[in-house]
Amino acid sequence: MARKNRNVAIVGIGQTEYSSHKEHQNQPEMINEAFRAALKDANLTLDDIDCIVHGNMELFESVHQPDLWHVLGTGAFGKPQFRITTGGTTGTTLVCAADNLVASGMYDVVLAIGFEKLQEAGSTTAGITNMADPLWYRHQQTGALTSAEANNIIDEFGEDRARRAAMKLRIMMDKHATLNPRAHRRFGLEYEQMEDLMKTSPPLVGELRLIHMCSQSDGACAMIFACEEKAKAITSRPVWIRDHIAVHKEETVANNYAYERPETSHHRAATELFARNGITDPVEYFDVFEMYDPSAWWGLDWIREFLLLEGDEHIRMVENDELTIDGKLPLNPSGGVTSSNPIGATAMARVAEAALQIRGDAGAHQIKKEVKHALASGFGGTMWTVLIMLEKDLDW
Amino acid sequence: MKRVAICAVAQHKIESDIWYKRFQGMLLDVLEDIQRQTGFVFGGEKGVNNIVSCSDDFFDARTISNNGVCDAIGAHYRGEDKMAQEGLNGIGYAMSLILSGHDEVVYFPAHCKESQAESRNVITNQAYDPFYCRCLGLDFLNAAGLQARAYMNKAKITEEQLAKVVVRARQWAARNPYANETRQLELGDVMNSPMLCDPIRTLHAYPVSDGAVALLLASEKRAYEFTDNPVWITGFGNCMDSYFLGDRDLASNFALKRAAAQAYKMAGIKNPRKKVDLVELMDCYAYQQPLWLEGLGLCDEGMGGKFIDDYGPAQYNVNLSGGMLAGRPLMIGGLYGVVEAVLQLQGKAGEHQAADVNCAVVHSTTGGAGQFHTVVVLER
Repeated sequence: MARKNRNVAIVGIGQTEYSSHKEHQNQPEMINEAFRAALKDANLTLDDIDCIVHGNMELFESVHQPDLWHVLGTGAFGKPQFRITTGGTTGTTLVCAADNLVASGMYDVVLAIGFEKLQEAGSTTAGITNMADPLWYRHQQTGALTSAEANNIIDEFGEDRARRAAMKLRIMMDKHATLNPRAHRRFGLEYEQMEDLMKTSPPLVGELRLIHMCSQSDGACAMIFACEEKAKAITSRPVWIRDHIAVHKEETVANNYAYERPETSHHRAATELFARNGITDPVEYFDVFEMYDPSAWWGLDWIREFLLLEGDEHIRMVENDELTIDGKLPLNPSGGVTSSNPIGATAMARVAEAALQIRGDAGAHQIKKEVKHALASGFGGTMWTVLIMLEKDLDW
Repeated sequence: MKRVAICAVAQHKIESDIWYKRFQGMLLDVLEDIQRQTGFVFGGEKGVNNIVSCSDDFFDARTISNNGVCDAIGAHYRGEDKMAQEGLNGIGYAMSLILSGHDEVVYFPAHCKESQAESRNVITNQAYDPFYCRCLGLDFLNAAGLQARAYMNKAKITEEQLAKVVVRARQWAARNPYANETRQLELGDVMNSPMLCDPIRTLHAYPVSDGAVALLLASEKRAYEFTDNPVWITGFGNCMDSYFLGDRDLASNFALKRAAAQAYKMAGIKNPRKKVDLVELMDCYAYQQPLWLEGLGLCDEGMGGKFIDDYGPAQYNVNLSGGMLAGRPLMIGGLYGVVEAVLQLQGKAGEHQAADVNCAVVHSTTGGAGQFHTVVVLER
């Protein structure tokens, strides 16, 4: 990418708590909670917002064009508004969209909202599986419940090491989640339970057990983006969006799990993004990585894909505690997606959490050493990736 | 602000039930058309690396509708963002991709097959909250019925005036080879057609339609690589109104006036009546044509009926394509409007070409009774 037309910063962040049920709120009310929190965080009022960007998985709640109803909570009344969705990546797509809209000069201050309220719709997996339809020649889809990645890792590293690494990563994420009061699932797992969980957690598909898998959560995340001039006036701690990239893949299953495995969208995104920003050693460069990890197995594999590691480097990082909140490159100090998964907000929460780390506002799950460079990823669709780089200083 | 160009447009023939072709096939047709016109490629330094698409989960009956078209729109190993609202908004978003410095060239395909649903109303009924509103049976048609009555009372619109709007739309549609419904009508046919949703008659409503379109957008710097005749996007605006119909004055055009004001301001248009040569607006129902023309500032407030009798729509070259009343799919009606306006500005509109078109306004709306409006200004 050439130099952006103008710099864009995150100036406000608001999240609801993430939980399995929110009986006390309807959708616009839940969105409004995050919306108000973001305004308060930025010390702005609705009058300061030029444009709203909105997204989720519309078919999961079965509400057509939900932004029409949600105008009650989004503050879009009388204002410009966009609705952009890309499945699981939606939250990160909304961040990229807000960045594009502000950088373009069309709007100075944009508020983006990602949300999901699945309590009313029921089953995420039923929603995802409807992508498959033999009558319309749609390829088979299992939704996000698959053992394929686990099988690949086991083939490569052996049953014992692979299973231990995946479970250790899962427990690590739970330990981080217990520090985050907004996280949905906070089990209080200990590493001593590893062997036991590998045997007793209910199996879902093949090697994928219930404990490995992300939750189905309700919640909303709102973020406010401003051009450089406005951002500096709004806050003393703007978080700059350096660059972002999206990589989609077509849906043929063989494209993801062929005998000779094609390049993953994660690897492609990281390679291109780092190359054009002169990042040669991402593990050294980044101070935190908020990764969209839908399951411990996928999470384990994707550490290698995103950080451009080779061989068993990613497994060793898990084994050597390098990804803990106090480690060399803290991974998901928020607890990540296996802890909380309000789908339309999930990917945005990765960016929000990474930005909170840069600001030093993450509370109990704040990384102790200074965070200057952050990486956040989104995952969705049929192996789609969005990757976003955040910076503390405007010095790149 | 730098300018963004539309370099090429392609449209699939609109029909009421394209049962013989999947939407992926329709998208491939328009992609190949754009590639023939411009020779653009995907990927690399000079190619398209980001795609803006428009489709809808409900009409496609699958979650993440853009999943199903990834290969047919060139998005494999590339970036792609789906406009999950009426497609005309994607013009504003695609513009931002280029103006932000992220992209020089953006490909923008869109599809919608209304025929795949049992009924459009089943889908738009889902726009109402299942717990508080859906049980009332409201959908976009019913909401439009309430708005039609409110507006007809305010602007003293007669049955004959509405019939004139429909008859004129069909006359123009007959000259447009891509239009869906071209059967010619007399005023009496419209006035005596069965009541659909009082006061909206069957022939006041747009026919069920399937279609697909594609556009290639580029920065000012790169536009001439793809065409000698670029059309410039000089204005964009959109605006949201209240959700509950009871909170709105249905005949007021609150949101449309704001959307138009943004677009005119960006385009530097102080008096649209002097500047605008051609209008493509989204008239899903006949009463909407004069109502939206009031909102666009081309007709005096509450004077829509007289405007029709005084040949106002002809004066501003309104919907020479036939418009929605000749049939366009709901999610991408505004993009078909862009295709028409670009062809008119390029002098390529064939039998329905208007003379001396320098500035065109394209409008779209979505939501019950026009809750959300989008306005784009295009110039030669």
